[in-house]
Amino acid sequence: MIETAHNDPRDYTGAKLGMWFFLFTEILLFGGMFLLYAVYREKFTGDFHAAGMEMNIGLGAVNTLILLTSSLTMVLAISAIKRNERNRSLMLQAATIVLGAVFLVNKYFEWAGHIRRGFYPDSAELLAMGHGKVLFFGLYYVMTGIHGIHVLIGISVIGFMLALTARGSISGGDYIKLENAGLFWHLVDVIWIYLFPLFYLIL
Amino acid sequence: MEHNEPKEPSPVPDRTFIYVWIALLCLTGLTIKAAQLRMGAWSMVANIAIASTKASLVFWFFMHLKYEKMVLKLLLLAPIITITIIIGMTFFDIWYR
Amino acid sequence: MESNFYNSQTRYPGIFGWLFTTDHKRIGLLYLGSTLAFFFVGVGLGLVMRLELIRSGMHIISAQTYNALFTLHGVVMVFLFIIPGIPASLGNFMLPLQIGARDVAFPKINIFSWWLFIIGAACALTSLFIGNGPPDTGWTFYIPYSIRTTTNVSLAVFGVFLIGLSSTLTGMNFLTTIHRMRAPGMTWGRMPLFTWSIYATAWIQLLATPVLAITLTLIILERYFGIGFFDPAKGGDPILFEHMFWIYSHPAVYIMILPAMGAVTDIIPVFTRRNIFGYKAIAASSLAIAFVGYLVWGHHMFTSGMSDTARIIFSLLTFIVAVPSGVKVFNWIASMYKGSIRLDAPFLYVLGFIFLFSIGGLTGLMIGALSTNLHVHGTYFIVAHFHYVIFGGSVFGFFAALHYWYPKMSGLMYEEHLAKLAFVILFIGFNMLYFSMFVAGWEGMPRRYYDYLPRFNTPNLISTIGSWILAMGLVIMFYNLIHSLFAGKKAGNNPWGAATLEWRTTSPPPTDNFDEAPVVTKGPYQFR
Repeated sequence: MIETAHNDPRDYTGAKLGMWFFLFTEILLFGGMFLLYAVYREKFTGDFHAAGMEMNIGLGAVNTLILLTSSLTMVLAISAIKRNERNRSLMLQAATIVLGAVFLVNKYFEWAGHIRRGFYPDSAELLAMGHGKVLFFGLYYVMTGIHGIHVLIGISVIGFMLALTARGSISGGDYIKLENAGLFWHLVDVIWIYLFPLFYLIL
Repeated sequence: MEHNEPKEPSPVPDRTFIYVWIALLCLTGLTIKAAQLRMGAWSMVANIAIASTKASLVFWFFMHLKYEKMVLKLLLLAPIITITIIIGMTFFDIWYR
Repeated sequence: MESNFYNSQTRYPGIFGWLFTTDHKRIGLLYLGSTLAFFFVGVGLGLVMRLELIRSGMHIISAQTYNALFTLHGVVMVFLFIIPGIPASLGNFMLPLQIGARDVAFPKINIFSWWLFIIGAACALTSLFIGNGPPDTGWTFYIPYSIRTTTNVSLAVFGVFLIGLSSTLTGMNFLTTIHRMRAPGMTWGRMPLFTWSIYATAWIQLLATPVLAITLTLIILERYFGIGFFDPAKGGDPILFEHMFWIYSHPAVYIMILPAMGAVTDIIPVFTRRNIFGYKAIAASSLAIAFVGYLVWGHHMFTSGMSDTARIIFSLLTFIVAVPSGVKVFNWIASMYKGSIRLDAPFLYVLGFIFLFSIGGLTGLMIGALSTNLHVHGTYFIVAHFHYVIFGGSVFGFFAALHYWYPKMSGLMYEEHLAKLAFVILFIGFNMLYFSMFVAGWEGMPRRYYDYLPRFNTPNLISTIGSWILAMGLVIMFYNLIHSLFAGKKAGNNPWGAATLEWRTTSPPPTDNFDEAPVVTKGPYQFR
């Protein structure tokens, strides 16, 4: 049997490092989409401004506040479990999930509103509006859509962590899973921090 | 090469996180104001700068980067530099066509 | 019989002890078996293509079938064989051993990666048989044709997406392993150069593959929703697709070559019995190739309509990226100087690698020059170039590593004379097959065409005959390797007298790799 720290299956730092490496891939994944956005905003600056007027700043701002607050509740949930305050951690994790869910509900209404007005890929109304607007809304759906999928994944993962915390598998002595779930959630928040001005604040 | 050290030297108080959160809310308000001022291209520069400040706060505090080893802070440069290169070099085509 | 990782107790019985293993050595062999199987599928496709092209005007298949063949040959060879290639198979097996660890950082994610690979490969291969048949777009899936064709692009592309995810997770796993799990005394400066190459490769796997993921996703979204990102009728830019595709696919070629270079660097000192020349330079050049490799993708697009500014910059950077590879070639040769050379099969393949990769690399410089590129883009000159670097380079390096590590993995020795014979036949067949393509391409023969003008008959005939000789070489090589599994002599722990850690344990290794945790006190190529 080998007894070195380097073969210790409970390498906390290693688990965290692995998660950070994974987050790097997410940065590049969204980075590719930001590349598309940058190119088309450069080519169709006027159209992007016009299309940006169609967006609901209030809803975007509310969603931003929701995600920022959910990041707070998440980090507080981790602090709580480090102090072995299990119930407090459970409540804060639950709050994070609820906030994430509200974000998605808002998104649903926002998308529904746009689709009702005919602003969706390949629609006659959108195609009539000119190239820049077609691309703006294409980017909007793809970027907020893929972001939304990540929100959903995040909610599911935190839900799973909630169960593990309730069961005691996550505790003051072993909380790396929760911490890694938190890292993922914060990155989802950071992506939105960039999406908000790029789609809602082009005035 | 070190062994497991799951505890930070001293735990970060909840207060700190709440202050950061308040800063983030303020910056969000600021970025909306900057947009409403309609400064054209400068609005976008301001907005990206503010967004990057907000992102940095999330990385530094919420994601604990402040308390991590230097190695990790340096490694984060890898994806940032990569995406900068990718977007930058594509623009050599887009701008000069 | 002594206990090793083949006959150890596993969590699940029988074959499930392999399919659901978390032992990096078993996972490495799972990858080895599956990638080699796909290699032979790719070889088969290639042989049929060469048969179709044996003579101008003669046809054994339709044009549509030919288009599907070259698409599949590319997809299978690139995504199902060479990109997982060395890292997933030999890298998985050897990395923990080389750094003195018991396994990789995340063994469960490791086997999950293999399953992603298999399911992705299944999707890609299923696209052959259902609906409107296999994609005919070329493995590059260029827009607009990949959007408009009714063939199974979405399924094939989804399969590649899964394979990409597999590659990304493997990169993450290896990076964490190397950062966290090196044995006491193994500083970064004492790691074998194969490990260094796996490290550099893992960075590319980690950071480049996500761009492929989003590009493939966009193809599927375009096919179903007609968003318009790359459709000029809706304001989109088709060249932007090429940018996004090559932003991944150029760094991908460094995923293909770096591990082969790393294996070659490990093998040379063992067969020249002297220390490697320029350890730091070789390690640094691996990182340099990985980094500069991100800056050159536009050289695939010189005729696409990109701006002149971009073309000049990409061409310049393409010349620069050749420099670290040149550094390696010089260091390899210098590592043979005053050495006591043993011309066994691994070293023969290394010599073949250096020669063939150099030809590929130098022709790459020819292609990287803007003026020449205009004439050779889309011709067989390009096809010859990349087969020299990928097949002559990566795959010959892979064959070298396969022979070198064969005794460690199997505990047995292959038959040396047969191995040498296979090498000679392979080498001859290879050059007949591909050098003639340089000639045909230089004279203007376009690629991805199922027919050609009669004036290209001679090089094509030579090429097709070369493909048969090459195939014969492959058959002999693999016959040897497989037959030796049943009839080979027992190999000891260290039949080559190497100094890297994997040779300190038994052949094959026990499940936990080392009976006693190794402590490292000297460099990887110090034999005394």
